[in-house]
Amino acid sequence: MTSAAQSAARANPILRLGKSVQGALFRYAGLRGYILFSPTLLVLVGAMCIPVGMLVIYSFWTQKYIEIDTTLTLANYLQIFNKTSYMLLIGKSILISTAVTTATVVLAYPIAYFIAFRVHQHKIVWLILITVPFWTSYLLRVFSWKVILGYNGVINSALKWLGIVDQPLAFLLHNPTAVIITLAHAWAPIAILPIFVSLEKIDRSLLEAATDLGDGPVARFLRVTLPLSIPGVVAASMLVFIPTVGDYITPQLVGGPDGLMVGNLMHAMFFKANNWPLGSALAILSAAAITVTSLAIWFLTKHARERAK
Amino acid sequence: MSNKPDFVSIGDVSKHFGSVRAVDGVSLDIAQGEFFALLGPSGCGKTTLLRILGGFEAPNSGNVHIDGADMTLQPPNRRPVNMVFQNYAIFPHLNVRENIGYGLRKEGLSKQQIAERVDEALATVKLEGLGGRGATEVSGGQRQRVALARALVKHPKVLLLDEPLSALDKNLREQMRVELRALQQQVGITFIFVTHDQEEALSMADRIAVMFDGKVRQVDTPEHLYETPRSKDVAAFIGSMNFIDATVEGADGDALIVDAGPVGRIRAGLPADGAPAAGTTVIVGIRPEKLILADSPPGEGANSIRARLTAASYLGERSHYFLQVDGLAEPLSIARQNTQAQLLHEADAGSELWLTWSPASGIVLPAAG
Ligand SMILES: Nc1ncnc2c1ncn2[C@@H]1O[C@H](COP(=O)(O)OP(=O)(O)O)[C@@H](O)[C@H]1O
Ligand SMILES: [Mg+2]
Repeated sequence: MTSAAQSAARANPILRLGKSVQGALFRYAGLRGYILFSPTLLVLVGAMCIPVGMLVIYSFWTQKYIEIDTTLTLANYLQIFNKTSYMLLIGKSILISTAVTTATVVLAYPIAYFIAFRVHQHKIVWLILITVPFWTSYLLRVFSWKVILGYNGVINSALKWLGIVDQPLAFLLHNPTAVIITLAHAWAPIAILPIFVSLEKIDRSLLEAATDLGDGPVARFLRVTLPLSIPGVVAASMLVFIPTVGDYITPQLVGGPDGLMVGNLMHAMFFKANNWPLGSALAILSAAAITVTSLAIWFLTKHARERAK
Repeated sequence: MSNKPDFVSIGDVSKHFGSVRAVDGVSLDIAQGEFFALLGPSGCGKTTLLRILGGFEAPNSGNVHIDGADMTLQPPNRRPVNMVFQNYAIFPHLNVRENIGYGLRKEGLSKQQIAERVDEALATVKLEGLGGRGATEVSGGQRQRVALARALVKHPKVLLLDEPLSALDKNLREQMRVELRALQQQVGITFIFVTHDQEEALSMADRIAVMFDGKVRQVDTPEHLYETPRSKDVAAFIGSMNFIDATVEGADGDALIVDAGPVGRIRAGLPADGAPAAGTTVIVGIRPEKLILADSPPGEGANSIRARLTAASYLGERSHYFLQVDGLAEPLSIARQNTQAQLLHEADAGSELWLTWSPASGIVLPAAG
């Protein structure tokens, strides 16, 4: 900088302010961090905290015909607690989602393992191929399972054609199993990624060390690979479990009366019954149930890891 | 030592990766209880050879016998061999004790026996009291000890070590050379270790195999390797060396008379396999510390030449000087311990001095390679 420019900078207060802000940013990493973080923070507050806050507030209000009574009360919660069918529905949703999560992880793990350890080139191509089902709409994927499992669907037609059954099997569709199959298929690609990442991160020399110390392939998997991939498995479980509890499209389309989940009830409260406060209370309660179950999964895996040593 | 000279026997082993001949027709016999080094520049195939011994790579041809048993196609978990990996490969989810005991689970020992063996191994590597530490809570040097203990606790017939000291800082590295050597003497297990650091190999090993481009070029004790290298490559890799092109004129007693062009007629050591025929072109190698600076020409018997100082560098306990002999392509390098009071400095450049050396210091090497 020439001396003329320097004196100009000294004279101009805006430039001087700019300089000192720059200086402060350079000096304080924390300040830099907050500024970089602020867009995320704004989105988080706008898109999450506000809606959830509104949900919480709604859950303490009550619906009086078409009016909403804004007196704070626990009436909605009491109503849900006293209605066994609601509580059972929440419980069943948790159970179905746990089954979905288990099925998804069991499906996803071998695929992630294959890409991480057996594919040596173009892993990214394989990962993209796995997301191909995601390129079609969720609804379309659910419908295709309806086509596969349905009364006149692919499986039944095949069984009939092969002469294995005379009448189509009715139990394939419209039950919780159909919900579990459909959801597990839909969420498998999501579960593969975190498991893949955790497997990919494992230092290959650790596996060689295990073999060197006498382990065969199975012992090595159980003692090194699996424990080191648990973070990925937990992440995958959470990613699948949390959103599937509240799903209402799949149960609606393939679940039948037995396969309905709490999402369907919430949907009904917000739309058909037009009872937002009760719907909100249901949402809060199922969120609480999800939190408790997630924590349980987390503690269980941690415990299992300690035991596996 | 040395009950069985071919305790580990490598027979004409080759390993190719695509067009790269990582290991190219290597044959080696390593004795029981020996501390053996594989030394060579980076990429010469040392690690690959070690991994073939460990069972992590199958050779394309050749075979490996350990204590008489053919191990060529045995997987690592079926070999009486353990490895200390270059990055130590400590299991991050296990603590120090669990790491060390890892390989004992399969040996049909009771919990009590395992605990005793682990304690013993912890003591051997001087890590008593650190057993409960997490794998990520120990320093680099301690990680190395964990890796050593984890392998030694299995009482292998052979311990393989891949650049075991390269991840440590300089002081620790020098201390560990002594310790590792003492440890090997104490446990009496055959150690085969890979290094690219010649000083490390010289100071620790009983014998060294020098590798270049997948081939073993010389197998010898450290002293022989340094004093009587058999090729220019080996001579240049182990320590440093001045090379002078020469033509053989004839033998005179225990010296070889050669015509070294600009350096004149000089006397060199007679090669162990006899004097080359007169007229053969050879290379005479002289170690920098064996060239002596003098103010006046020496007496009979020693070689001498007049040279001009071109550069001097002071390294504390010793100095390096470069002296140009008229007609030689490169200046000769001279190393001198700084025991004499008089040092030469940059400012002395240009001054003429005498260089002398004994005939035995001149090593006659074949001209090619
Ligand atoms: N798994 C492998 N695939 C392809 N090339 C390899 C592999 N391992 C080693 N190489 C090649 O073989 C040569 C020898 O490697 P290495 O044994 O690791 O050498 P060093 O340990 O002496 O540095 C190198 O050129 C290296 O690139
Ligand atoms: Mg190497």
